[in-house]
Amino acid sequence: MKKKQLFENAVQAIFLLLGLVTVGCVLLITVYLIVSGIPAIREIGLFNFLFGKEWASTAEEPKYGILPFILTSVYGTAGAILIGVPVGFFTGVFVSKIAGKRTRAVIESAVNLLAGIPSVVYGLVGMLVLVPGISKIFHVPDGASLLAAIFVLSVMILPGIIKVSVTALDAVPKEYEDASLALGATPDETFFRVSVPAARSGIAAAVVLGVGRAVGEAMAVMMVAGNVANMPSLFESVRFLTTAVASEMAYSSPGSLQRNALFSIALVLFLFIMLINATLNCFLKRNREK
Amino acid sequence: MKKKRKLYVFLVRAAMYACTALTVFLLFFLLGYVFIKGIPHITWELLSTKPSYLADRIGILPDILNTIYIILATLVIVLPLGVGAAIYLTEYAKNRKTVAVIEYAAETLSGIPSVIYGLVGMLLFSNNFGTSLLAGALTLAIMNLPTVMRTTQESLKTVPQSYREGAFGLGAGKWRVIRTVVLPGCVDGIITGCILSVGRILGESAALLFTAGFAHVLNGILTGLTSPGATLTVALYVYAKEEGEFGVAFAIAAILMILTLLINLSATLVGKYFAKRRNA
Repeated sequence: MKKKQLFENAVQAIFLLLGLVTVGCVLLITVYLIVSGIPAIREIGLFNFLFGKEWASTAEEPKYGILPFILTSVYGTAGAILIGVPVGFFTGVFVSKIAGKRTRAVIESAVNLLAGIPSVVYGLVGMLVLVPGISKIFHVPDGASLLAAIFVLSVMILPGIIKVSVTALDAVPKEYEDASLALGATPDETFFRVSVPAARSGIAAAVVLGVGRAVGEAMAVMMVAGNVANMPSLFESVRFLTTAVASEMAYSSPGSLQRNALFSIALVLFLFIMLINATLNCFLKRNREK
Repeated sequence: MKKKRKLYVFLVRAAMYACTALTVFLLFFLLGYVFIKGIPHITWELLSTKPSYLADRIGILPDILNTIYIILATLVIVLPLGVGAAIYLTEYAKNRKTVAVIEYAAETLSGIPSVIYGLVGMLLFSNNFGTSLLAGALTLAIMNLPTVMRTTQESLKTVPQSYREGAFGLGAGKWRVIRTVVLPGCVDGIITGCILSVGRILGESAALLFTAGFAHVLNGILTGLTSPGATLTVALYVYAKEEGEFGVAFAIAAILMILTLLINLSATLVGKYFAKRRNA
């Protein structure tokens, strides 16, 4: 009997260990990023690093200011949200409230497929369709710009926004809508004035999720944004926080200030993402408690 | 109805139809564009050879093999971890705080962008035993851990409590109950988790650039895992961005699109199959 108990305890301990692997990974990632991100910030100075307007890591007198990257990430995300959220939102309402069973199934599988397309494919199509298109329509010499990145990002965040808002809208109690219809509102008025407000925290979660995706996307942006460390401007080649890390990592030598500064950028990006995730969890929790 | 109300209804309707049409159009445009540009470049030679300067040709066989190796290695690593964690959470954990901490950690992991995974994977794995497919697979395993954990957990919740009680009543120990009753009941969750992970691994590039590198060498699985190699997505990136070989890039893109289609299809079919079996 004792032997059996011992065995069961051992099994439980193994499963506990497996459960704690996730926690360990999060801690490991956090610790590694902080440990490798701090030295460069110390050397450059927090203020100069975050608010320096110039990034010239390979110049004779290197400058490590990441304000252009931060602002580009912020503007790029804001632009993607501005385009992606309305489109995703209206599609979400259509799918959840208006589409019949068949239509809904078709649109949902289309959305799933959009979500599954690898980001390099988005980047490739952006590179060959959007970039030349922008340069032709707006008469700029090079179409690889913030605008191109915004378009690509808004398409990439679309499926997530649609899925989360559909889930939120599906969860609105039928009674609310019935009451509104009984009071004489048309179906469309009901959906937008009753169902949408009732699902607002879920829709807010969809927006925050989109923000997280847009801030974190690297490869597609790298292929269409041109990758020059300019201050953000719609028709200029720009570099995001993510692409700043990815584009110089390959040729910076280990241990150099340049590479350490890249780790510091990653740390800044990580803090941004943690902030966004905390907001997301907050909305999702509110949704669940309701 | 007042004019203003009529206008409102008209506008929101129009917006809904327009946006939905745009979403569907985007998908068809992407599919059509990639297929038209890519499929003519898919040749047997491309699929079955490795790149060679002497013969002046590009072949993607090494990239295809690397993708398969990395998928296999990642699944082998992530399945025990993810399924084990899910079993702990639903079967063992009594302390609500522990559950909350583990679930919060999983949510955090699923929100971290892939560049950061790439960076940490480089520090943790590649710097210790070299840039290799194995380092990439370990990185991807951490990335996919929350997915496998969540799908397994969902399906564990659908295993009726009475099954467990019945097994306990017959005198089975906890481990035996898990092995014979609980695990067979969550096969659908594990399979769904695998399919989703495969989809994600297939599409991943940023996390692999610095961990698995971008070599196009033809290797067997064992040497392959310990040496650097590009997966299909990484190869696409390199051919498009660094080498300007757009024909090859589009061929790879078309292959990736077809695989994505297949993965989505199989996810739907598996879901339907298990839903039917459960209701029967």
